[in-house]
Amino acid sequence: MSENGFKPRIVAFLCNWCSYTASDLAGTSRVKYSPRVRMIRVMCSGRVDPSFVLKAFALGADGVLIAGCHPGDCHYIEQNYKTMRRHAMLRYFLEQMGIQPERLRLVWASAAEGQYLAESIDQFVADVQKLGPLRWSGVWEDPWRREDAFDEIAAEHAEAMEVQA
Amino acid sequence: MITSDETLRIGVYVCHCGSNIAGTVDVEALTKFAEGLPHVALARHYKYMCSDPGQELVKRDIVEFGLNRIVVAACSPNLHEATFRRAAEDAGLNRFLVQIANIREQVAWVTEDRQEALEKAESHLGAAVRRVARHVPLQRQFVRIVPRAMVVGGGIAGIQAALTLAEAGREVILVEREPSIGGHMAMFDKTFPTLDCAACILTPKMTAVKLHPNIKLLTYSTVESVEGSVGNFRIKVKRKPRYIDESLCVGCMQCIDGCAFTRAKFPNAFDQGLGLRKPVWIPFPQAVPPVPVVDPEVCLQIARGKCKQGCVEACGERNAFRFDQQERIEEYEVGAVVVATGFHAFDPSVISYYGYGKYPNVYTSLEVERLLNAGGPTSGKLVLRDGSTPKRVGIIHCVGSRDANYHAYCSRVCCMYALKLAHLVREKTEAEVYNCYIDIRAAGKGFEEFYNRVQNEGVQFVRGKVADITPAAGQGTSAEGGLVMKVDDTLLGSIREINVDMVILAVALEPQADANQVRRTFGISCSAEGFFLEKHPKLAPVNTANDGVLVAGACQGAKDIPDTVAQADAAAAKALALIDAGQIELEPNTAWIEEDICSGCKTCINLCPYQAIRADEERKIAVVDPALCKGCGTCVAACPSGAARQHLFGDEQISEELEGLMNYV
Repeated sequence: MSENGFKPRIVAFLCNWCSYTASDLAGTSRVKYSPRVRMIRVMCSGRVDPSFVLKAFALGADGVLIAGCHPGDCHYIEQNYKTMRRHAMLRYFLEQMGIQPERLRLVWASAAEGQYLAESIDQFVADVQKLGPLRWSGVWEDPWRREDAFDEIAAEHAEAMEVQA
Repeated sequence: MITSDETLRIGVYVCHCGSNIAGTVDVEALTKFAEGLPHVALARHYKYMCSDPGQELVKRDIVEFGLNRIVVAACSPNLHEATFRRAAEDAGLNRFLVQIANIREQVAWVTEDRQEALEKAESHLGAAVRRVARHVPLQRQFVRIVPRAMVVGGGIAGIQAALTLAEAGREVILVEREPSIGGHMAMFDKTFPTLDCAACILTPKMTAVKLHPNIKLLTYSTVESVEGSVGNFRIKVKRKPRYIDESLCVGCMQCIDGCAFTRAKFPNAFDQGLGLRKPVWIPFPQAVPPVPVVDPEVCLQIARGKCKQGCVEACGERNAFRFDQQERIEEYEVGAVVVATGFHAFDPSVISYYGYGKYPNVYTSLEVERLLNAGGPTSGKLVLRDGSTPKRVGIIHCVGSRDANYHAYCSRVCCMYALKLAHLVREKTEAEVYNCYIDIRAAGKGFEEFYNRVQNEGVQFVRGKVADITPAAGQGTSAEGGLVMKVDDTLLGSIREINVDMVILAVALEPQADANQVRRTFGISCSAEGFFLEKHPKLAPVNTANDGVLVAGACQGAKDIPDTVAQADAAAAKALALIDAGQIELEPNTAWIEEDICSGCKTCINLCPYQAIRADEERKIAVVDPALCKGCGTCVAACPSGAARQHLFGDEQISEELEGLMNYV
């Protein structure tokens, strides 16, 4: 836990063949890492629909991690390259929505890299902790809070939103 | 949102895994938490869920309490998902109505704080319960396996694998890049430690390949592309033109005598360039098939279109020559593939201080094998470039192996073949032989005994790395000149300069130059040094990451002939077990298209690396072939209208899991 007492909530999408197996290896190797990450198994990182990432943020996640096989080692030949493209697109898109793109991270972890995956998770948790809470949980269901949220975002990004003369 | 289906009855089972889970996660609290989740009819915890009594518990509850969904919070689904699916099926429940919450590898073993561990376990369990509510029964799908195998590479590994498969009564297609099978083994003179003549033990096998009715031999051919997957590979093979019709040639070799070139003048690659050949040539006399090949670069008829065609005349009424032969592609369907593409001998010219390529009497071990071989360019006489017999020979071990600058690994065979060469050199020339080694690695059946024998034969062993090879003083670098090996003798504790007139470099075994391309063609992986990667170093030594593709021989790692043959038989047995099963279960999590929603935009089609999706132009929709779909779900994630769906990993299931994760933190 950080000094500000903030316990981030992070969702990790792990591909079945490399990264989920890496998380299994981290387990069998008894590597300790931050418990603040919740894991979802998908067959391939290419299955991660951008809407899942947005939904995770909408449901209150402070960060989303996508982990897949290293480029060239995808179990499905080349699908992780599509993940790479989506990740780039999503980061751009998140920024438009007032979410720091740093809240989304893509990691390559092979089935042999349990230790590395654990370290990457710890690093991400620490980075999200620095960013602070996203405070989006429930915001979109309540129209009043939504208005407030828009104002907050507008205030936070006032500089960026200013029309360049 | 959870489905409002009132008939859902979910059973939740929390496993202690002895103290593995229970030691960190409060299983009783977790079970109590599960009881409060929607649609949970029953929640239990038990010491070992995967044990027989644990599985019996699930089966009994399904029958007794009418459970129709099962969640097991235990170890990774990679371990026991299949176990609990089978248990559910035994009790009459569809096997796909089971979900595993990983609370061992992802929670108990990686978390220190008990409260945090419980919260994470609750989150994973809650997500699994929400997810399983969205599972629907699925049928298991099977496809027929093509009862035929392909072996790629016709060295000793490929020959052995092909013969084993053929003798089991299976059709085998053996593909070899060179004009003849035989590989490196055919180049050797003798084999360690028994000193069997390589040709004497190899050529009967080569002939057996040629004669076996179950083996279709494709020499001078390469694999172009591999489509499909385990059980049903479609492989395109490129057949290079020999300019001679294999079915008409009887192997009399009279065309070689008849060739317009009266003398051989082109280097024969099989002889490592030490021997010469004509434009129409055969690598070695026992080549299989015994059919010559025409080199289009130097054949006057093909290169210049003008020749008196003595070869065609010599061929006479057999009329086997086909100067208009073209490269062609043939397609084969096979159920399994054995990749046995062998190794490449390290090129020592990059190590400048050994002077290979600069001093003519510095040879590689493979060149010396050819010189010693009775079928080689000197008919088995070991001679220097000027034709004289060497009197003092230096053999340098570990050239390119165990060297951080080249290959860090040990090539495993060099010590033994260097000892064998030392023996053969002494036997043939009575020269003094100096073996400069780092360590002698003679760990094999009869290897240490052979080492002792060679020591007793008077071969000098110098423990140390050779630092430099220079011409002997005043003799220049001419063919007649002697050489000086400068070696740090670590046993003597001093630097020695040894005068020799021939140096043999025991070169490393390295991956073939095109190994990376081959691995991509077959969808397998390489280890860091570039050899093909087996699925598991101990428990799956011939399987690869691509099901149905097996590896054997030196393409998987440097190894000697006995190990290669053993591995080839293992790969053949694995291939046999696969294709004899007759059918194979398809991935359950395939994609499918909801036809009413599909707008026919074709976004999904280009995303599929397996060509599993095609456009139905008439109905203006996409169609998934479940036999080709491997279930990655990339198309599902990309479909703009939500028409692409996936069994087991659908939007509805993953979304529900996500809601569960976030709901129960």
